[in-house]
Amino acid sequence: MHDRSRPPAIPDRYPGYDVLTKRSGPSWNDKTREVIAERLSVTATPLFLSAGEFQLVRAVAARIVPQPSTRPPIPVAALVDRKLHADIADGYRTDGMPRHREAWRRGLRALEAEALTAFHRPFTELSEGMQDQLLQRAEAGELKAADWGDMRSDDFFKRRLLRDVVLAYYSHPAAWNEIGWGGPASPRGYVRLDANERDPWEAAEAEPGHEADAARTNRHVR
Amino acid sequence: MFVDISDDPQATPRAMAGRAPDVFRPGGWVPMRCHRDDEPVDFVIVGTGAGGGTLACKLAEYGFSVVALDAGPYFRPLEDFASDEAEQTKLYWTDDRITDGANPLQLGSNNSGKAVGGSTVHFAMVSLRLRPEWFKSRTLLGYGADWPIDWREMWTYYEEVEQALKISGPITYPWGPKRPRYPYRAHPLNAAARVLARGCEALGISWTETPLATLSAPRGLAHPCVYRGFCVAGCSTNAKQSALVTWIPRALAAGAEIRDLAMAGRIEVDDDDRVTGVHYHREGRWRFQRARNVVVAGYAIETPRLLLNSATDRHRDGLANSSGLVGKYLMTQSNQAVWGLMDDEIRSYKGPPSLAITEHWNYEDNGKDFFGGYAYMSQGPLPQLWANTLAQARGLWGARLVEEMTNYNHVAGLKIVGEMLPQERNCVTLADEVDQYGLRIPRVTYSWCDNDRRLIDHSLAFMTRALQAAGAKDIWAQEDDTCHLNGTARMGDDPRSSVVDADCRSWDIPNLWICDGSVFPTVGGVNPSLTIQAIACRTADRIHAMARRGELTGSSRRAAQTRTASQMA
Repeated sequence: MHDRSRPPAIPDRYPGYDVLTKRSGPSWNDKTREVIAERLSVTATPLFLSAGEFQLVRAVAARIVPQPSTRPPIPVAALVDRKLHADIADGYRTDGMPRHREAWRRGLRALEAEALTAFHRPFTELSEGMQDQLLQRAEAGELKAADWGDMRSDDFFKRRLLRDVVLAYYSHPAAWNEIGWGGPASPRGYVRLDANERDPWEAAEAEPGHEADAARTNRHVR
Repeated sequence: MFVDISDDPQATPRAMAGRAPDVFRPGGWVPMRCHRDDEPVDFVIVGTGAGGGTLACKLAEYGFSVVALDAGPYFRPLEDFASDEAEQTKLYWTDDRITDGANPLQLGSNNSGKAVGGSTVHFAMVSLRLRPEWFKSRTLLGYGADWPIDWREMWTYYEEVEQALKISGPITYPWGPKRPRYPYRAHPLNAAARVLARGCEALGISWTETPLATLSAPRGLAHPCVYRGFCVAGCSTNAKQSALVTWIPRALAAGAEIRDLAMAGRIEVDDDDRVTGVHYHREGRWRFQRARNVVVAGYAIETPRLLLNSATDRHRDGLANSSGLVGKYLMTQSNQAVWGLMDDEIRSYKGPPSLAITEHWNYEDNGKDFFGGYAYMSQGPLPQLWANTLAQARGLWGARLVEEMTNYNHVAGLKIVGEMLPQERNCVTLADEVDQYGLRIPRVTYSWCDNDRRLIDHSLAFMTRALQAAGAKDIWAQEDDTCHLNGTARMGDDPRSSVVDADCRSWDIPNLWICDGSVFPTVGGVNPSLTIQAIACRTADRIHAMARRGELTGSSRRAAQTRTASQMA
């Protein structure tokens, strides 16, 4: 598999684009403003996870969605915690998987046990390479400590950990900026639908070497 | 206008005390006729989606008294829906369910709904007719099972639904027998749709603008689609012609009662094997609505679950189950895709996700090594869905994932809705665990067969060529995804091999009906919602005709006479 132990090389493809500048405009209705405001107000104090579990989720999330140092980090672990606190489920679980809250609790306990067995240190104190190694073995279904019970480590990794962490990251406006998505769009939608067309309220993509032009355009996105 | 800010539709029922939410006005209400629990109504309908919502409307318009229950909230889209994927998961059925088998299904998002209007509140609006031969696929094409309904009859009901939803579609449809004009003009193509078109033209097959249940011109209080692209997260402008904003307002106007946050737990059956009503949970307690007829319209998991959970000493295997087939022959549809990167900016998040379609491989039988067919459509995944697709189907995480996500605006994809064959072993049964209402939860078992795999392989190879021909690079296949659910209470001509007859009436219990995708004997390679609504319209016509001939149960015949008398008075 590819090397996961390097920092992301996120190109600044949409320089200066901030989806939140549209917040007061016609692309955001009141309900959207309400739910995004709540998401942005999430603090780093867990409501569902214990302090220890929370630190572990932070460490895991940093490997699944590594973040650039050029902006404040998205509070991925806190967003995962809030979803668990609100008890928002997927609508199914495969045979052998506990319900989502129990799956997280058990999976974190098992991951910690695996770290102690393999490296004699807690997961959060491992190097990034060691952390990735454990996560890759979970992904491959190779972890079998007693703490997993009848939950397979690959089921936990793919269906619970990976899914919840990735969804949390891409629920945040900072992630939307990174990928140049238009963001919320109601009641105003879009007018220009064809290839290489953008409405003035969409992110402008920088041509390599012309980042300043895109940045100037993106300052006017409202 | 007065808006009650403490009004949380997910916590407290809205349709109460003579009024229901007006979906077209923030904070608004419309009058609603209400019934007492102990007052037997002609029909209690469980579920208000494509099946139940449509049937509630049609039966009420024929003068029957109707109470329709839905486990979900009664939303006003204009005020309750955010432009946000995470928030809008509130539209999904996320109660506990277990999946197993060789290919366990993913449930909860693209194949369920928990709201008044059911999953039509967040469906992709693709409104297709089944190929005529599919109604006799066993006889004409050599696989699956025949439907007990003639395609020409279905053609008239398809037209009724297309008119009722003001479907926007192409001037001429490239496949199948001539069909009437679509009521509204087709939507413009977005860049993702043009990729599909380019691929089809390069490979020499037809494509067209997808017939969609979203407005391309004003209608009543709803304005046309604004191409915001959040269709599968719920339409906050009411352009989408969901059951919530079409059939259900009509149903209310015709005198039907809708009860939101009302979870059906058990159907009551008497010693004469007639159902007498439905036990349902609302406002923290169990209640019992008496009825002369019960219609189950909970879709392919909740419908068999309710029938199985209603078992009695006389009906040990559940209601309507003398054939042993309640819960059997569950069919999903394959939903595989190929994805690639274009040099152009595509920005597929703009507009409905599937603006262009080809049904070539639904209508062409040469060159196939499998039974059945598939359509494929252009795609427009929003960021959470796309990131999760890259993580789950392509195995990306870490730096590779966040880097790949920055190509989001250049992604184009083609995705099938493919026919899977009916297999008795694919089924819904009851697990021993119980849900928040104390009801046994469903266990959903699914395994693909060899034919399913061959269809998928064919589609992935073909779409890969199409995407290459359209100029995509870095092409990869998403090999494991499924969508709609059907079967589990199939209709047929023979009580030994089907659960209901062509009129959606139980062979065993004459005043018990099933009206949703559960009744499909086969699924075809098209999205099922138009067919579910067409079947509901047909069922309403059949019930109306039977009532006039006195062929419903005795009490219903009396009701029909009473109704005639009251209408005359």
